[in-house]
Amino acid sequence: MTAIIQRRALAGWLRRGMVFLILLVLAIFFALTSDRFFQGGNLVNIAVQNAHVIVVATGMTLTMLLGGIDLSVGSVAALVGAISAGLIARNGLPTEVALGLGLGLGFLLGLANGALVVYGKLPPFVATLAMMGVARGLTLVYTEGRPISGLGDTYTFWGTGKFGTVPAPIVLAIVVVVLAWLLLTRTRFGLHIYAIGGGEETSRLAGVAVNRVKLLTYAISGLLAGLGGMLLAARLWSAQPQIGVGLELDAIAAAVLGGVSLFGGVGGVLGAVVGALIVGVLANGMNLLRVASYPQQVIQGIVLVLAVTVDMYTKRLENR
Amino acid sequence: MAEPQPLLHMRHITKTFPGVRALNDVELVVYPGEILALLGENGAGKSTLMKALNGVFPPDSGEIVWNGQPVAIHSPHDAQALGISMIHQELALIPYLDAGKNIYLGREPRGPLPGLIDWGRLYVQAREQLQRVRLEVDPRVPVRQLPLAQQQMVEVAKALSLDARLIVMDEPTSSLTEREVETLFEQMRLLRAQGVAIIFITHRLDEIFQVADRVTVLRDGELVGSEPIAGLTEERIIRLMVGREVSAMFERPERAQTGAVVLEVEGVSSPGAIQDISFKLHRGEVLGLAGLVGAGRTELAETIFGVRPASGGTIRLDGQPVAIRRPAQAIQHGIGFVPEDRKAQGLFLRMNVGANIVMALLRQLCRWGVIQHARAEKMGSEFVERLDIRTPSLQQRVRNLSGGNQQKVVIAKWLTREPKVLILDEPTRGIDVGAKAEIHRLMHQLAGRGVGILMISSELPEVLGVSDRVLVMHEGRLAGEFDPRRATQDDIMSAATGSNPAGNGSTSREATLQ
Ligand SMILES: Nc1ncnc2c1ncn2[C@@H]1O[C@H](COP(=O)(O)OP(=O)(O)OP(=O)(O)O)[C@@H](O)[C@H]1O
Ligand SMILES: [Mg+2]
Repeated sequence: MTAIIQRRALAGWLRRGMVFLILLVLAIFFALTSDRFFQGGNLVNIAVQNAHVIVVATGMTLTMLLGGIDLSVGSVAALVGAISAGLIARNGLPTEVALGLGLGLGFLLGLANGALVVYGKLPPFVATLAMMGVARGLTLVYTEGRPISGLGDTYTFWGTGKFGTVPAPIVLAIVVVVLAWLLLTRTRFGLHIYAIGGGEETSRLAGVAVNRVKLLTYAISGLLAGLGGMLLAARLWSAQPQIGVGLELDAIAAAVLGGVSLFGGVGGVLGAVVGALIVGVLANGMNLLRVASYPQQVIQGIVLVLAVTVDMYTKRLENR
Repeated sequence: MAEPQPLLHMRHITKTFPGVRALNDVELVVYPGEILALLGENGAGKSTLMKALNGVFPPDSGEIVWNGQPVAIHSPHDAQALGISMIHQELALIPYLDAGKNIYLGREPRGPLPGLIDWGRLYVQAREQLQRVRLEVDPRVPVRQLPLAQQQMVEVAKALSLDARLIVMDEPTSSLTEREVETLFEQMRLLRAQGVAIIFITHRLDEIFQVADRVTVLRDGELVGSEPIAGLTEERIIRLMVGREVSAMFERPERAQTGAVVLEVEGVSSPGAIQDISFKLHRGEVLGLAGLVGAGRTELAETIFGVRPASGGTIRLDGQPVAIRRPAQAIQHGIGFVPEDRKAQGLFLRMNVGANIVMALLRQLCRWGVIQHARAEKMGSEFVERLDIRTPSLQQRVRNLSGGNQQKVVIAKWLTREPKVLILDEPTRGIDVGAKAEIHRLMHQLAGRGVGILMISSELPEVLGVSDRVLVMHEGRLAGEFDPRRATQDDIMSAATGSNPAGNGSTSREATLQ
């Protein structure tokens, strides 16, 4: 009996630690094969370049824990980035107002996703797929397919500035992650997200306000997607209509690598952060090694499959 | 004594599902401080009536009067607010959450700020609630890691923690063994003394006489009658439920002799679960396997069936050693296994009755890889008839069947394959008297045709009444073999608890804690 418990604990520990281990192995591998990996602030670069992925993956983690998914994050990021930029460059609004409106727009788009799922009874996959198309289309209409620049220093600070020695995007990502972590581990709302992901009907029977939790979770995912979009625009000095294409895949990969179950109820936001870093380190390392971009995608896919396989295997051990 | 005012009065309740009239003009009265047994065959409408009361699905028509006031209950939340709590027939726990969170889900103790949870208080209270039902588990253990019986007790703890005025218990005892049942009854009597009313649904008739004050019987969605327990006998209750005479006695046809050994297990172990098990199962024999929850009975069955790895030992079928590492291999060798947890392991809940029955036999029903529907259908209806499965049609989804009828579907699935060895894990759990007798008859019929049957059961009268021979397990080992014609329930219990036949009643905690 104690043997079982010990093995379970070991397997559980292994499972939670696995993602860190993979990150470590990758880092060591690239450090050995490329002398530039640990040099000249490359590591900080990786964090800056992936700050928006971390932010968006955090929202994705919430919807996935709920047993749902949000495919619209990339498009919502693009739309919010474009409109916030447009509000400044075209309409001359103060930056703070534009940023605030941007966040509000992301929230509303997410809320719309939630409403489609809760009241429209659409599968999350379908509802957010529709939103993915709509938001991308609106972005192209609004920008007429051209980047919007002239964002001003206050805006671009969030992508390129520093708080002391720490780049602003990293600070922002850390704040988001910590808040989400507190939300999931400390609050009723967070517990209810896990509960719904583990058994929606059971949660309803227990008196959990299932619909409200779902609506709000999708809204938060939208908000974070919007934040990620603005962050990206700020880093690139302009809002590009094509940003965020494929971002949903990076975010899902990050969450899954981080141990979030595709069926809901299991996982956490810290894992997703490390998952996002794995995706980032992999891309960065392959760039340093001058791997061409098409094979990069193949390798990314293989790594994802391997990591998830290992994860499923340890999970089975834990459940025995 | 003047009639007190009923706590609950459900009147003219009617509810139809597509193709089924589940409830027809049913009336139910419950008084404060009484335990009302709600009885009826599988599919009689007991759970449906209780779900109507709990706001899970509203009745088509009818009225619910609570404390003299007509009330509308639209959701479980409404029911809770009135003081009604419910233990559902299907386990209603979230497997990945721990026991404490499950108990307080939806009404977590508030923390210092709105929206926050006072985790410290939650776990302290959860521990108290668990102790109340004598469950010595850490409230921080995810419930999926607990054995079924302990999960059930977590649900009981959850229901008790609500401080309700009426508690509905829909077959809470079906996955418990004697000891936990005793604890539950103790709590029920305590609650009754405090004026709490309990509606108790069960298929084990002996339990009714232990705790119930009154009995209400449903049959085919209609009220048959309500009577105080005092004047009732088992025979009469069965008559009310079934509408005809059925013997509640277990019947064991006297077989001349059993045949050759069909399954021989020698020195088989499985790490952390069972150790050094050896026994023989003969053709045409019903071998009972008794023991406490956690004694390793299910694990033994799973090892034989290739679900869990065996370490060492030999398994022989018809004298030939066989290597079984996967269920598919066990099936090929002619072993069938009806698992304990039918919902998770035995059924395709979203598929229909017909498909579920023929599922194990698809290969034979196919020609050029195409299913021959006419043959499948014929076989499906044959088994529906043979096992008396109550379903409007073969097209009904299994999840919409009553619990007992679902179990019959799982058994039917294996019977289609005509196995050499059939392992049944708690085959009559949650099954009504009539159907139970039916399933026992089926088992004997199969045995009569030469099948070797290994039956795991926690119900001692069943083990003694049905088996030709009884094995008892204790802490992963075989602890005795009995001839059921001569052994008593006490003999089996003392072997199962690891005490001497003389019995000092001391029991090992290992067994129940697994
Ligand atoms: N959701 C549903 N959809 C369709 N039919 C249903 C549904 N739920 C129950 N039924 C049908 O209603 C009838 C009554 O079922 P119910 O579950 O109330 O029986 P029960 O008395 O609780 O039986 P058991 O003792 O087996 O639990 C059955 O014929 C069942 O098939
Ligand atoms: Mg029922």
